[in-house]
Amino acid sequence: MSFLELKDLRVHFPTDDGLVKSVDGLSFALERGKTLGIVGESGSGKSVTSLGILGLHKGGRAKLGGEIWLDGEELVGASAEHVRTLRGKKMAMIFQDPLSAMHPFYTVGSQIIEAYRIHNDVSKKVARKHAIDMLGRVGIPQPDRRVDSYPHEFSGGMRQRAMIAMALSCDPELLIADEPTTALDVTVQAQILDLMRDLQRDFNAALIIITHDLGVVAELADDILVMYGGKCIEYGTAEDIFERPEHPYTWGLLGSMPRLDRDRTERLLPIKGSPPSLINVPAGCAFHPRCTFEDRTGGKASTEVPQLVETEGGHLVRCHLPRDTRRSIWETEIKPSLEAS
Amino acid sequence: MVTYIIRRLIWSVVMLSIVSIITFAIFFLVPRLAGATSEDLAARYVGRTASAEQVKVAAEKLGFNDPLVVQYGRFAKGIVVGADYDYGPGVERCPAPCFGYSFLTRLPVWPDLLDRLPVTISLALGAAVIWVIAGVATGVLSALKRGSFFDRAAMSIALAGVSMPIFFTGMVSLVLFSYGLKITVAGGTYTPFLTNPATWAYDLLLPWITLAFLYAAGYARLTRAGMLETMNEDYIRTARAKGLRERTVVVKHGLRGALTPILTIFGLDLGLLLGGAVLTESTYSLPGIGKYAIDAIGRQDLPQVMGVTLVAAFFVVVANLVVDLLYAVVDPRVRLV
Repeated sequence: MSFLELKDLRVHFPTDDGLVKSVDGLSFALERGKTLGIVGESGSGKSVTSLGILGLHKGGRAKLGGEIWLDGEELVGASAEHVRTLRGKKMAMIFQDPLSAMHPFYTVGSQIIEAYRIHNDVSKKVARKHAIDMLGRVGIPQPDRRVDSYPHEFSGGMRQRAMIAMALSCDPELLIADEPTTALDVTVQAQILDLMRDLQRDFNAALIIITHDLGVVAELADDILVMYGGKCIEYGTAEDIFERPEHPYTWGLLGSMPRLDRDRTERLLPIKGSPPSLINVPAGCAFHPRCTFEDRTGGKASTEVPQLVETEGGHLVRCHLPRDTRRSIWETEIKPSLEAS
Repeated sequence: MVTYIIRRLIWSVVMLSIVSIITFAIFFLVPRLAGATSEDLAARYVGRTASAEQVKVAAEKLGFNDPLVVQYGRFAKGIVVGADYDYGPGVERCPAPCFGYSFLTRLPVWPDLLDRLPVTISLALGAAVIWVIAGVATGVLSALKRGSFFDRAAMSIALAGVSMPIFFTGMVSLVLFSYGLKITVAGGTYTPFLTNPATWAYDLLLPWITLAFLYAAGYARLTRAGMLETMNEDYIRTARAKGLRERTVVVKHGLRGALTPILTIFGLDLGLLLGGAVLTESTYSLPGIGKYAIDAIGRQDLPQVMGVTLVAAFFVVVANLVVDLLYAVVDPRVRLV
């Protein structure tokens, strides 16, 4: 069994308007030292998945189903108290906006010290030294001085570094980064991604990067999982997804990625329409109302829910288009338009 | 930080000066605008039997014929360093802070106020302890169990609490607990804390609870709203993601974030109450500043009313100062200002 394994994870929220199926049957596996990128639009279920793994839905309104195995332990059925003891220690999380994710009334140092002392029975003095070490490790200059600063006294990039220091303070084996660079300047994004890559190597942690930005996962991920409407619609190695993508939605994501090497007169290829309602999910394939190639499925797209099937060597796709049709569309229509310059 | 404190201190002194000018204007300028002469003002000081001639002499001696600026200067000087009153037969010294002499008792106002201050302070502080603990605890629990039976019940009671005036809840509880069940005193008695702390508390128990009920209701609603907001903040999710116990998340991260507006309101409420809990003191016949004020107004004893006004204003200004200084402690982002 892999270090982290999700089997048919379901996170549903009962609301007055109906059942919101934020995550509906998600499965994947991840080993230590490897990076998985989960990509999708807002509302595709990426963040809900990560909060589910951390057990942060427990005690809330969400209904969880399926299994989450972390290092041989099942977490969906485990007690909230047990999952709490794993949180921060065995698995940790980096959030999107470090300004709102850090408490404005406590110093950066005290927040790291707090995280460390929950899981390590040490004195404040020892924990403080550890916090300074961690701040130094994530590249914050003069950490022995900055440890007593408040979050609002840090720049955006420094705050995200501090957030990473906090998440890594207990040496977690699984690190989940939810849109870690979205709130940052482009120049700072690259630094943070580099930092995360280096730290992952040092800590040998399993890393999940959640993002809507394929550029971010291109930098870091070994494997990529594309989510749409709470389901996995394509899964494969980074090479599979970037070189041989087979799902029309993935093509859309690739087409809507701004690239510097493309001609400026050429337009981005946005995906038409908007993400599906998670209460009234479109019948058949959830993506079919937005799919350009829906007419080539012989009417199956709007009636039948497609299954996630392997096309070759671990590359999974959830699409009604016949495999050969998909490949020829990619080779003859999509790829040339992406490469045209 | 030091400049911030100094700036706020200076500002408080300015505020108090402005308050004293306004008070002076209300008591000495407004009657003149309404047509009163120096003699009319002086008449209040000399009693009903005085002849017109005597009143004229008194008006001159009391300085009512001097320019207003000079009069205010004398008034302000009296508060700061004390004043000498010339009654004709002799000169009487009124030590600082001099708010003048009561028309009725002919005693200086300040010692009277000083006598009554412990009652009001005991009442206000005791009630404050009860309402902060009860109100904040209820608000936190309500927010955490939002929509539950407890939440609905607590918020209904809170709504009743803010809606019912003290003289109503006070009367009802007097009838119920003092005259009916006979478990509390019927009011009117006050034992100094130093004489007997147990009797002190027992005498004040019912006023405390009545007063606290009114305020606790408001604080419960305020705390509940604040907690509902902060518990949805991203930093609460971070705190949970660290693996903190839920209790620590709620108190150390959630409540801490919701505390700022509560602190502000608390400072103002306490400041106002220290200037006299008029309704509570009247309802329970407690000899505090509020009761003193009501009696003074009834007798039109202007120096007494003026004294209460200035003392009340002093407490409000000081409370505001303390709140502003505490703000910087509670919210580190304020320090830059």
